[in-house]
Amino acid sequence: MLEIKDLRVNLEDENKEILKGVDLTVEAGKVHAIMGPNGSGKSTLSYVLSGKEGYEVIDGTVTLNDNDILEMEPEERASAGLFLAFQYPVEIPGVGNMTFLRTAVNAQRKARGEQEISATDFLKQVRERAKSLQIDSEMLKRPVNVGFSGGEKKRNEILQMAMLEPKMCILDETDSGLDVDAMKLVAEGVNSLRGAGRGFLVITHYQRLLNHIKPDVVHIMANGRIVKTGGPELALEVENNGYSEILSEVA
Amino acid sequence: MASFESVEVKEGVDQETVDAVRDVGAAYKYGWETDIEMEYAPKGLNTDIVKLISGKNEEPEWMTEWRIKAFNRWGKIEEPKWSMVNYPEIDFQDQYYYARPKSMAEKPKSLDEVDPKLLETYDKLGIPLKEQMLLAGVEAAGNDTEQGERKVAVDAVFDSVSVGTTFQKELKNAGVIFCSISEAIKEHPDLVKKYLGSVVPITDNYYATLNSAVFSDGSFVYIPPGVRCPMELSTYFRINAENTGQFERTLIIADTGSYVSYLEGCTAPKRDTAQLHAAVVEIVVEEDAEVKYSTVQNWFPGDEDGNGGIYNFVTKRADCRGDRSKVMWTQVETGSAVTWKYPSCILRGNESQGEFYSIAITNNHQQADTGTKMVHLGKNSKSRIVSKGISAGFAQNTYRGLVSMHPKAKNSRNYTQCDSLLIGDKCGAHTVPYIEVKNNSSRVEHEATTSKVDDDQLFYCRQRGMDEEEAVALVVNGFCKDVLQALPMEFAMEAQQLVAISLEGSVG
Repeated sequence: MLEIKDLRVNLEDENKEILKGVDLTVEAGKVHAIMGPNGSGKSTLSYVLSGKEGYEVIDGTVTLNDNDILEMEPEERASAGLFLAFQYPVEIPGVGNMTFLRTAVNAQRKARGEQEISATDFLKQVRERAKSLQIDSEMLKRPVNVGFSGGEKKRNEILQMAMLEPKMCILDETDSGLDVDAMKLVAEGVNSLRGAGRGFLVITHYQRLLNHIKPDVVHIMANGRIVKTGGPELALEVENNGYSEILSEVA
Repeated sequence: MASFESVEVKEGVDQETVDAVRDVGAAYKYGWETDIEMEYAPKGLNTDIVKLISGKNEEPEWMTEWRIKAFNRWGKIEEPKWSMVNYPEIDFQDQYYYARPKSMAEKPKSLDEVDPKLLETYDKLGIPLKEQMLLAGVEAAGNDTEQGERKVAVDAVFDSVSVGTTFQKELKNAGVIFCSISEAIKEHPDLVKKYLGSVVPITDNYYATLNSAVFSDGSFVYIPPGVRCPMELSTYFRINAENTGQFERTLIIADTGSYVSYLEGCTAPKRDTAQLHAAVVEIVVEEDAEVKYSTVQNWFPGDEDGNGGIYNFVTKRADCRGDRSKVMWTQVETGSAVTWKYPSCILRGNESQGEFYSIAITNNHQQADTGTKMVHLGKNSKSRIVSKGISAGFAQNTYRGLVSMHPKAKNSRNYTQCDSLLIGDKCGAHTVPYIEVKNNSSRVEHEATTSKVDDDQLFYCRQRGMDEEEAVALVVNGFCKDVLQALPMEFAMEAQQLVAISLEGSVG
């Protein structure tokens, strides 16, 4: 599904290499986790995959279902099925959450040559999916992320994910700033979207999120590279021994 | 702005964006022209032309004299230069001051007699000149009396003349007078004599004085005491003829305890020469009366290089004469090459209220210097100003506003919120507030912000699937929300779309 080959990326304006040859394949229906210390390049990877400005790809390829996505605009990647749950969801004053969702859903449908969703169908779907994330109608009316608590923002990301039905989901430190209850709620939201051939790339510092979202594969990233890959037990190893031991082991 | 500039750097992908920028001139939907036989007064301006216009409208002598007085004054004063707009000098002798379709020489007695070409024009503009119900979202289907049903009476002004006014009979039954000003001068001379020039005197300013001399038509509204106007009233202005100025005059009188909501829309064909528009709107609000005046101004803004477009010099003022009288101006200014416009409120009555909600969008080479004046004369009077200025391309957008608390305006209050949004790094936003407080019990608050469309917001929208223009339109509509909400329903939708269209090509 998502295939990253020897991806090398510089920060634009600076001749500084942040990703130094990342190789990673996420198969359809699988959940991959990337763990790593601060500054290892995890968030950069999520931004480069989704097409954020400010990064220069100097080498390597990224394909989503065999389509080269590095050549695509961010919105084209989105319509091709790539979704990024932001670490820091952005506030858009004056734009109702519902309006935002509907505009996004219809933009993607239009880009794929599908018909716009009818107002009633849309409303029905939103209400249904919002309910399971404990998002009330008040929150759907409020401007996008404005005045939302940390937990509300993250739940809102998952609601967007549920509505857009992407093929490949990237979660960038979705657990940061969440208490245990909020994390469970978010994890349940994610778990309900698992399967159906959907791939996940879960980026996190800590193992605790992976107690709730059970990964199939765990990667350790350090200094712009994937340095170790293993099963769920690798996350536990990090939890117990910290990164330094693993890093010294692979060094 | 980094995200916009770097788009150009990328290869291959942005041909569409380039095309979008190139086509921006084509984004103006109303740029076509009606091919119709016209009758012009000779070019230029002199006493004879003023008399000719007065004669064409079959005006009584007092009106002709009023015009000539204005014309004589105009010859002695100079164009104001204090606004933050630049345009080549206007040759006032190289303009037509009167143009009417030949078919209108004989004033049609009813809408059925109006030249089909004119009716077609308004149909194409989406302005119903048939007396039909406007059903929100639903085609008029039989006896549907759902709540979406709204009636809007229209006065359609084409170049120098009013083409027709709908729903006159129904309005008459309610005691409301809604007709063209030329008709009012003949049919209701006492009202016109009493109120015309009483809010904007002929000596007011250069363009108002010019308008007083040469105005050819416009709308007249009188709402009698205690009457709530049974439908929205609207005037739709269309400039069609080339090298012709449009000078319309609108006079609205809301008598004691009455209410009216009035909408105004404007468009013009695309041309590479600039055209002049100098209108005057006077509103009289008596005790306990309320007037809402909404404008969607979409005159041709000129092409992407700044050629052509309308020079829009407009004087709009409401006089809240009575106690507890209230006026609300809402404007969405997206068109015109140059806009010079300050809809104002004279808050004379005690506890009178003035509100001004404005969205001014300038793109490419457009320039807008717009704002309001809130002149507090009465005790406990209140005013509120919410201004949203958006600049893109090479445009310059200035908010200029006066809040004045006179000595007698005890315990009065004003709140001003003035926000500017910049798209790209070649445009400008300016805020010029004038605040005068001459008593010690009034309160004036002024808040101003300037921001850029945030890269992170755009990326967030694009990651969810919206293209760059859609993302900008969404963010800008959010920015304007306070003002859009103040618009009547049928304008709000149009205005939202207009925001998107006006900004096409502003990114990429």
